[in-house]
Amino acid sequence: MAPLLEVRDLKAYYGPTEALHGIDFGVDEGGITALLGANGAGKTTVLRAVCGMIARSGEIRFAGKRIDGAATESIVRMGVAHAPEGRGTFVNLSVEENLRIGAYVRRERTAVASDIERMYQYFPRLAERRRQQAGTLSGGEQQMLAIARALMLRPRLLVLDEPSFGLGPLVVAHIFEIMGTVRREARVSILLVEQNASLALDLADHAYLLETGKIVIAGTSREFQLDEQVRRSYLGY
Amino acid sequence: MDQLLQQTLSGVATGAIYASLALALVMIYRATESVNFAQGEMAMFSTYIAWTLIQAGVPYWAAFLLTVAISFIGGVLIERIVIRPVETAPILTHVIVFIALLLILNSLAGWIFTYTEKEFPSPFHDKPLFHGMITSQDLGVIGVTLCMLILLFLFFRFTPLGLAMRAAAQNPASAKLAGIRVGWMLAIGWGLAAAVGAVAGIMVAPVTFLDPNMMSGVLLYAFAGALLGGISSPGGAVLGGFIVGVLENLVGTYLIASELKLSAALLLIVITLVVKPSGLFGTILVRRV
Repeated sequence: MAPLLEVRDLKAYYGPTEALHGIDFGVDEGGITALLGANGAGKTTVLRAVCGMIARSGEIRFAGKRIDGAATESIVRMGVAHAPEGRGTFVNLSVEENLRIGAYVRRERTAVASDIERMYQYFPRLAERRRQQAGTLSGGEQQMLAIARALMLRPRLLVLDEPSFGLGPLVVAHIFEIMGTVRREARVSILLVEQNASLALDLADHAYLLETGKIVIAGTSREFQLDEQVRRSYLGY
Repeated sequence: MDQLLQQTLSGVATGAIYASLALALVMIYRATESVNFAQGEMAMFSTYIAWTLIQAGVPYWAAFLLTVAISFIGGVLIERIVIRPVETAPILTHVIVFIALLLILNSLAGWIFTYTEKEFPSPFHDKPLFHGMITSQDLGVIGVTLCMLILLFLFFRFTPLGLAMRAAAQNPASAKLAGIRVGWMLAIGWGLAAAVGAVAGIMVAPVTFLDPNMMSGVLLYAFAGALLGGISSPGGAVLGGFIVGVLENLVGTYLIASELKLSAALLLIVITLVVKPSGLFGTILVRRV
């Protein structure tokens, strides 16, 4: 399969500090790539750099086009939807308005309306709360809303930052199930950052292990799962 | 009793003007988190544009619409040229830029149009209506501002652009991740605020007469209204503007000499800030540090 996202020698900076020291990875068309690693390894930074939210250098190609010099809004308009760390909820807007914002760059009104209904099928809890202010939702509901908002773009690449963070096991299972559905039904490729390595490896086909801004191990999920030493020393399960 | 009703209604008319300007202040505040002290001078300059057009023979309502459109473009340009470069600067920088803008617009108006007061026409003729309860002038002002407020409400509530502007003001980083061009949303917000201010200026000018300092008092009342209603709440600011307009009239009629009315507005500002700093309908901004 051709790579949808190709990253070469990616460096990222917070002010004068270099946070990523030259990273290579990719996401296949229709594939799921997981970025693993401990707190502070630089996983979120990778996602931010890909989406142009921080200063970066190196080569990033999306669907063959260079995006390492593009602004966030332009990258989003090419079909990259990012559900950010902290979830990025518009707390004073209603649930439905949040979903509409997700589809802001799309112009087909009827398709947007039917996509909103599809999101309510994926996440019935959101349908119950569609007129409610998004700030009043629970953590799990806000995470569902963040993913639904990202999907409203009809993205080619879905970028998810710790979708299981702070949530109970039932909610997490539901969210991961929906991610599998979305990948099958809508052929969305996914770039996933996740602390819960066993969960992420079950879903992903490729994985990269980050440590202090560098990739230390790369391989297929299967290779990660079979390598006992990697599991014990890095992934802790 | 009649006098009370009369004064209240005429207060509603001036309140409508304060409400418009208060709304303009809130629109900028929500996007930039600072108060645009130049809002009044922007409105004053717009009013001079309307006056120039009318002097040149343009019919009143055509001049009105043209001025609103020109002010919108002017507001967008001010944001792009003056505000954009200091967007991420600390709040004190914003305040200094706003004050500079105030002085520049004030001096520019004085230089181009001189400081002598000019008469400004009104299309409403000053006739008493309903047994002298309200003048046609006041009723016209209330009608025009209400129409504008309703249009703005519909725009922000029901159009995709209005929704995107609310999203951009509330959470810029997240709005960018939805593909919204946040910079342009801010510029359009400035344009709208300038257009709203232009309407307020044109409506108040027949009463105050036109001169470069005509808006200083009006802006103070508008500021009191915005604070009273809640500087973060558009609906609250509009209501606050109306309340201040009515209070100003009643206090001036029954309690103190009308020369002291401006001090009443200042007193209201101080009381609001001491008793309920977020205003009647505002929310307190909580930020992680």
